[in-house]
Amino acid sequence: MPYIPHDGLETAVMLAAVGVDSLDQLFDEIPPALQVHDMVLPEGLSEMALQRELEGRALSNAPLRCFAGGGAYAHHIPAIVWEITGRGEFYSAYTPYQPEASQGTLQVIYEYQSFITRLTGLEVSNASLYDGASGLAEACLMALRIQGSDKSILVPENLLPGWRRALDSVLGLQNIRLVSVPYDRATGTLILPADAGDAAALIIPQSNALGLLESVDALTDWAHAHGLLAVAVVNPLALALLKAPGDWGTQGADMAVGEGQPLGIPLSGGGPYFGFLACRKPHVRQLPGRLVAKTVDGQGREGFCLTLQAREQHIRRGKATSNICTNQGLMVTAAAIHMATLGGHGLQQTAVLCHERAVRLRELLTVVPGVSLPYGGPFFHEFVLRLPHAAVVVRDALLGHGLLAGLPLSDWGMGEAGDLLVCTTELLEETDLLAYRDALTAVLETL
Amino acid sequence: MSDSIFDHDHHFPAVELPSDIPAELLRKAPLNLPNPAELEVLRHYTRLSQKNFSIDTQFYPLGSCTMKYNPRIAHTMASLPGFARLHPDTPAPAMQGLLRVLWELQEWLAAATGMAAVSLTPAAGAQGELAGVAMIRAYHAARGDHGRRKMLIPTAAHGTNPASAQMAGFDVVEIPNLADGDLDMAFLDQHLGPDVAGIMLTNPSTLGVFERRIADIAARVHGAGGLLYYDGANLNAILGRVQPGQMGFDVMHLNLHKTFATPHGGGGPGAGAVAVQERLRPFLPLPMVTRAEEGALHWLDEGDLPQSIGRLSAHGGNVGVLLRAHAYIRRLGRAGVGRVSAYAALNANYLLRELQRVGYQAAFPGRRASHEFILSVSDLQKATGVRALDVAKRLLDFGIHAPTIYFPQLVPECLLIEPTETESKATLDRFVAVMAQIRQEALEQPELLREAPHHLPVGRLDEALAARRLDVAAAQ
Repeated sequence: MPYIPHDGLETAVMLAAVGVDSLDQLFDEIPPALQVHDMVLPEGLSEMALQRELEGRALSNAPLRCFAGGGAYAHHIPAIVWEITGRGEFYSAYTPYQPEASQGTLQVIYEYQSFITRLTGLEVSNASLYDGASGLAEACLMALRIQGSDKSILVPENLLPGWRRALDSVLGLQNIRLVSVPYDRATGTLILPADAGDAAALIIPQSNALGLLESVDALTDWAHAHGLLAVAVVNPLALALLKAPGDWGTQGADMAVGEGQPLGIPLSGGGPYFGFLACRKPHVRQLPGRLVAKTVDGQGREGFCLTLQAREQHIRRGKATSNICTNQGLMVTAAAIHMATLGGHGLQQTAVLCHERAVRLRELLTVVPGVSLPYGGPFFHEFVLRLPHAAVVVRDALLGHGLLAGLPLSDWGMGEAGDLLVCTTELLEETDLLAYRDALTAVLETL
Repeated sequence: MSDSIFDHDHHFPAVELPSDIPAELLRKAPLNLPNPAELEVLRHYTRLSQKNFSIDTQFYPLGSCTMKYNPRIAHTMASLPGFARLHPDTPAPAMQGLLRVLWELQEWLAAATGMAAVSLTPAAGAQGELAGVAMIRAYHAARGDHGRRKMLIPTAAHGTNPASAQMAGFDVVEIPNLADGDLDMAFLDQHLGPDVAGIMLTNPSTLGVFERRIADIAARVHGAGGLLYYDGANLNAILGRVQPGQMGFDVMHLNLHKTFATPHGGGGPGAGAVAVQERLRPFLPLPMVTRAEEGALHWLDEGDLPQSIGRLSAHGGNVGVLLRAHAYIRRLGRAGVGRVSAYAALNANYLLRELQRVGYQAAFPGRRASHEFILSVSDLQKATGVRALDVAKRLLDFGIHAPTIYFPQLVPECLLIEPTETESKATLDRFVAVMAQIRQEALEQPELLREAPHHLPVGRLDEALAARRLDVAAAQ
C-alpha cells in the first residue's frame, strides 16, 4: 500500500485495541446513506510507471528560448538554491508556531525580511503573500485601513492587466472603487491625475506593463501632496539597480509590493511564486501576513519567533488584517538562499546583464525591416516592439523556431495589434539574440 | 549568539550602473546585501535546516494540519525542466503536457469530492475560502437575491472562515456546538432566514468528531435559501468514504497540502482548489483548463465564463503544487485514495484509546475519533499547574513535534492530535510511551515541564519582548 506502513497483523492488533472488527466500523457514526465505496479515479501506478508517464508529459511541453516576461521571468537559479530548499527539514516542516522547534525556518524568514527591507529601502517586510498580484490587493486593503475613511484606489492603466484583474476580484467584494489613472499613449508613461477624489492610495508601477520606467519621484510627491499613500509595485531584481521605493520623491513611498519570482523561483507554468510586501514601521500593525522578530530565551540566548500575531486570523478571526494563513514559505526560503548566493554584488551584476541584453536586442531588432519602437523612454529589461503584422501571428510563427518571442499586447487589450512585449534576462547570450533577429527576419518575410 | 548570514561578507568593486537610465531613477546608495562565498551559504542554510523539526525527521502529530509523508517522487516530477521552465504565457499548443495534468487533476478532485466542477487556481485554503464565499455571494446576486448578508460559522471553526467571510463582505454569525460536539440546531433554526447567504462547516468538525446530522443541517439551510460551504481542512478523515457533494455541500475548497500530501514548506505554498455543484459552475474563479472535443486543451477565460468571480492571482495558481498533488493521486489510484481515511481513522482511534489507557482524558469520550481527536489536560492543570503548553514543549525534548494546542478554543487546555495514515504502529507506540512518561513527570516534577524544552537550540522565547522591540530586520 503506497505510503501506508501497516501490515495485516498490525492492523488486526490495532483494530482489536480500539475494540472494532473492521476498518469500516471506525466510521459507524456516519449515516450509511452518506457513505460511498467507489470513485471514478484511475488505477494507481508504480513509482516507475508514474515517472514514465509524467516525464512524457513534461517532454511534450515544447522547450522554448524564453523572451517573454510580463511579470514572470526566466532567470538562472544556482544549483545550491533548490538543493538546500528541497531538504526535508525545510520542505516538510509546518508553519513555525512552535518556535523552539523551528529556528531554522524562522531565521531564514528573518534574513529574507532583512534582504527585502534593504532592496526596498523600507523598514518592515512580512514573511510573504501568495503572489505579486494578490499581494497588491492586500497592500490596497492595508492602505484603506491606514487611511480610515477613504473608499477608492488610484490604479494605473499601465499596470499589468493580470494584476488589475486580481484587484477587481478581491477589492470588488468590499465595494472598493478602482479609479483608473490613464497613461500617455505617446510615451507609455503615467499622466498625473487631475484630482485624488476619495482615494486612499496611488499605485506606482516601476516598470509599468509596457516595460517603461515611470517618473516615480514626481508620482510619489503628487500622492503625498494629495494626502494619498504611495504604493510602489516593483521587480525585486530591478531594485538591485533602480532607486529603492523608500527613496522615491521627498518622503519615499509608503509601501512596496511585488512578485518575488525573479529571486530563485522556477517559472513552473505560473506558480508557486510569492508576493513580497514592505512598509514603514508605524504602519506595521496594519500589515497582513506573518512577521518574524528576533528575541531572547530565558537564558538570554538569541532566537526568533512569529510576532504581532494578534493581527492574524488564528487569533483575531473575523477582525484580522487578512484571512491569509498558509503563505509561500518554501518560496521565501529559496529566495533568501538565492539572494545570499548571488550576494548584493551578484544581484547587481545580474540586473545589469538583463538590462544590457535588452538594449542589445532592441538595437538588433529595430533594423529588421518593418519593425519599429513605439516608445523611446528608459526601460529595465522589457520593451515593446511594433511589428508590421499581428503580434499573435508572429509570436506563433516564432514558436516553430524554438522561441517564445514575447507577449502580444493585444492579449491584454493594450496597444496596437502589432505590439509585442519582449524581455531579456541574463540567460540569453549574444547567439540567442542573433537567432531571434534572424528568425524574426525570416518570419516577417514569409507573412 | 546564532550565526548570521550578515557575518559572511566579502568585498567586491562597485558595479557600474547603466548610463542610459537617467541617474534620478537609479539607486542612490549601493545595495547593502552581504556577499558570502557559496560554501558559506551552503553551510549556513544547511545548519539552519538542522534546527527545524519536520515530517522527514520527526513525528509531527499536528492536529488540523495533516502532516503526512510528502512523497519525494512528487517533488522530483514537479521539478522536471519541462514543467519547471515553462513560462505561464506559453501558448496552449506548446504546453499541452502541463494542461493535461491540470485537466486530469480537476476531473479527479471532482470525482473524489462528489462535486460537478473544479477550479485549481486558489493558492491556499484561505484563498479557496474567499473564492468559495465570493461564489455564494455571486450566486445570490445573479438571482437578484440581494438581502443575504449573513454567513453562519461555528464558533469552533478555523479562524480563516470568519476572516474570509468578512473579506467577501459578509457579516459573520457564530453558531455554538453542543457538549457532544454536534452543532446547536435550535440556534441554527433561530438564525436561518432570508438574510442568510450560507453556512461554512467542516465535517468532521474541528472537534475531531463527525457532524452526524449533516443531512438535516443541509436540508434546513437549503430550505431557507442558503448554501453550504465545506472547509476541506479535514477532508483526510473521509477521503474515499464520504463525499462533501453527497452530504449536501454546494461549494468547498480542498487543502492539497494536507489531504493530497504536497509539502507544507515551513508555511506554504499550499493549494486551495475549489469544487462546486452544477449551479455554482458559472461563478468559478479563472483560469480553468478545458478540453475541446478533438482533445486539445486550453485555458478558459472571462469570455467563456462571464459570471466568474474573476482572478485571484496573476497566473494559474500554485501550479507546481498542483503537479505534486496530481502525482500523489496517480500513484495511489482509486484503491489507494480509498484507503487514506480508513488508516487515518485507525491511527487516530488507536492513539486515542492508548492515550486514554495511560491516563489522558478525551474531550469527547463517547465519540469515535475521526482522523484526529482532542485531549484535555485540565485534570493535570488542576492537580499540578501543568498546562497543555507545558506538555507540548516537553514533547519537543523527546524529538516529537507538539500537537496543535489551544485550538479549538472552547475545549480548555486541549491538545488536538492528528497522526495521519502514514505513521506506523511503532511510531504511535513510542508516542504513547513518551506521553505516559510526561504525565508521570507532570505529577512528580512539574517544573521539568514548565521549563521545557531543555534540549533544543533555544528555550522558550520572550514573545512580549519580540513584540516590544520589533527587531524584524537586521540593522545596517
